[in-house]
Amino acid sequence: MSSYFDILMFAALPYVAVFTLLLVSIQRYRSQSFTFSSLSTQLLENKRHFWAMVPFHYGILAVFAGHLLAFLMPRAILSWNSAPMRLYLLEVTGLACAVLTLVGLIAMIVRRFTNSKLRVVSTPADVILYALLVFQVVTGIAIAVIHPWGSSWFAASLTPYLRSLFIFNPDISYIVGMPMLIKLHIINAFLVVGFFPFTRLVHILVIPNPYLWRKPQVVRWYGE
Amino acid sequence: MNVRSQISMVFHLDKCIGCHTCSIACKNIWTDRKGTDYMWWNNVETKPGTGFPALWEDQDKFKGGWEKHNGKIRLKSTGKGRIIPNIFHNPNMPSMDDYYEPWTYDYQNLFNAPEGPDQPTAKPISMVTGEYIDIESGPNWDDDLGGSPIYAANDPNLEGLTKEQRLQLMSIEQLVFFYFPRICNHCMNPACVASCPSGALYKRGEDGIVLVDQKRCRAWRSCIAACPYKKVYFNWFTGKSEKCILCFPRIETGQAPACFHSCVGRIRYLGVLLYDADRIEEVSNLPQEELIDGQRSMILDPNDSHVIENALKNGIAESTIKSAQESPVYQYVKVWKLALPPHIEYRTLPMLFYVPPMAPVMAQQKAGGLDSISENLFHDIEEARVPMKFLGNLLGGGQEGKVLYALRKEKSVRWYRRAVTVGDVDLETAERMLKEADCTVKEAQAIYELTSLCTFDQRFVIPPAHREEAIEALKDPMEHKQGTGFGFLSGPRRGL
Ligand code: HEM
Ligand code: SF4
Ligand code: SF4
Repeated sequence: MSSYFDILMFAALPYVAVFTLLLVSIQRYRSQSFTFSSLSTQLLENKRHFWAMVPFHYGILAVFAGHLLAFLMPRAILSWNSAPMRLYLLEVTGLACAVLTLVGLIAMIVRRFTNSKLRVVSTPADVILYALLVFQVVTGIAIAVIHPWGSSWFAASLTPYLRSLFIFNPDISYIVGMPMLIKLHIINAFLVVGFFPFTRLVHILVIPNPYLWRKPQVVRWYGE
Repeated sequence: MNVRSQISMVFHLDKCIGCHTCSIACKNIWTDRKGTDYMWWNNVETKPGTGFPALWEDQDKFKGGWEKHNGKIRLKSTGKGRIIPNIFHNPNMPSMDDYYEPWTYDYQNLFNAPEGPDQPTAKPISMVTGEYIDIESGPNWDDDLGGSPIYAANDPNLEGLTKEQRLQLMSIEQLVFFYFPRICNHCMNPACVASCPSGALYKRGEDGIVLVDQKRCRAWRSCIAACPYKKVYFNWFTGKSEKCILCFPRIETGQAPACFHSCVGRIRYLGVLLYDADRIEEVSNLPQEELIDGQRSMILDPNDSHVIENALKNGIAESTIKSAQESPVYQYVKVWKLALPPHIEYRTLPMLFYVPPMAPVMAQQKAGGLDSISENLFHDIEEARVPMKFLGNLLGGGQEGKVLYALRKEKSVRWYRRAVTVGDVDLETAERMLKEADCTVKEAQAIYELTSLCTFDQRFVIPPAHREEAIEALKDPMEHKQGTGFGFLSGPRRGL
């Protein structure tokens, strides 16, 4: 039985979140492209910076890639997991990356709120973002420990759900029976997506890919 | 031949009096905003000294500029493959501690302090945090050799000097220094531009000014580390890189940049150089000892009909070519070979050139007058108080030859003028000196005039910008006028 709560959170919220992401990001890029920045704080504090930024980013990118892979090619993941050794390997790698993310995230937060220069450049959006990310990573790690073999059940039940969202025919039957912990992780993920365009996370949208194929020197003529 | 024009600069170090007027002019116009408070797009250093930011010339530490690698050149700090590990945390980026924490003073305490036994003071306040701070360093902390055992003694240009030479530099009554004003060099092969993952930095085609597109900068910070002169700064408030813009709004309206205009010593010259942009890569890759000659050979003769033809073909305006023909920079750099690029071994091919300082060199003269009758007319240059090696490291690409050449010429011109005006040196000796220094009487006169008698208009030969024609070529000027708006719709701020 799907309650109103489930319908609201798993059939409505995802669309609200993604719609907000697209609309606000595009509008912000068009009218406020100046505000697109990673808002680096390395100039102000350069000693603990490494221990925060590097573990967090490597961790979160690996975890994100894992989720994406399970979404895009569930069959490949399932057949990889058919051998228990390989399943363990995947699970342990995933967990290690999540822990790396958490370590980096905690380091980021501690760094930011114990340094008087960094406090000057911290905004309420930063605080909300940290809270959302901590919640996301902590619930993720808890799921990995309490409900293991996520790499298999994600591919088997979450992927179909996410796909149903994509074809605008949400089928929340995969979700309703899931433990609360997993539900919270999913709901919070949508909150991150919805809040994304109001924060510095927009730096992910402008990661520098043309750099890899452009010529080293850039010359602009007037009017170009 | 791909002729490009660039507004280039010469600083005559003999004339700099270290007054910092230039820095203040710049600060008041461009960098008195929150987040730029610690920046000095123009700064004046005492040499020997560690400069600003401290030890900027130490490329083992900051990894600025280009290096040779498998027969090609590559950026020392970053590159296509190395961007991934470096983007999250840039290992070569200076932090605010390498610059200084900007401060102001709690002036109101002077008025509001309660009555007490002591005079009230104005305590320093950090301009970042607003809290009281202890000042530990500043942008010209080692001005006039202040704290020289820590600062001057660690100048990276002292590399290769013997212990005796170093001791001599620092010993009482031998002590010597000169000023080294610096702005962005608006390089031909800018490392800052090449390093930017977003392509936000660019060189303007018409005049070579290097700028940061504020709307495309994403705070990846590669440029801060890549510029070997540390002339891109990070605005800690807006999260954008900023740098010297050579006062382009002034240049476009025919005015000299503020630091040039205000220069008390009149040390600064500005003018167009034409150069061959096809050779940038080849010349940047030359062996170190050939770099200065290589760059000079890229600079084209604006009177050569072949060059003019190609320049016109590239769309360079006739007025710009005319301006290049009158350029004081062309005279100093190419014709007289007096002005030298700073640290060309960084391979960015800087377009700001320095005439090496003679004053501290010659000051070694024994009491009792001028040693002009000596057999070796130039011996005192080689025995100078500033070891040639030091100047060679700074301006000669690690070698003394080019610096020596310039100093000999400068000295011979001075002796020649002395023979003409004071008469205590005989003209024959003076002319022999000129000859030995590869200089003619005519050239000596011209150098003298442009160095000592130069008017405002001779120092700053600014070509018309021709923006209106560029607009006309592309669209209806009225439409352009209506469409440009007023720039930013909202004030630059941090994030959303
Ligand atoms: C390839 C993709 C990414 C790149 C190149 C990138 C790059 C950066 C950079 C340069 C900074 C500034 C660090 C500094 O202070 O110097 C930053 C900060 C940050 N990034 Fe990313 N990022 C990426 C992906 C992500 C992702 C996927 C997330 C999370 C969902 C994320 C979350 C953050 C957060 C929260 C900060 C602020 C850290 C702080 O100042 O405490 N980034 N990122
Ligand atoms: S001196 Fe100026 S143009 Fe040259 S690399 Fe540095 S910032 Fe770029
Ligand atoms: S204003 Fe001129 S003389 Fe004074 S410090 Fe600056 S460059 Fe030197």
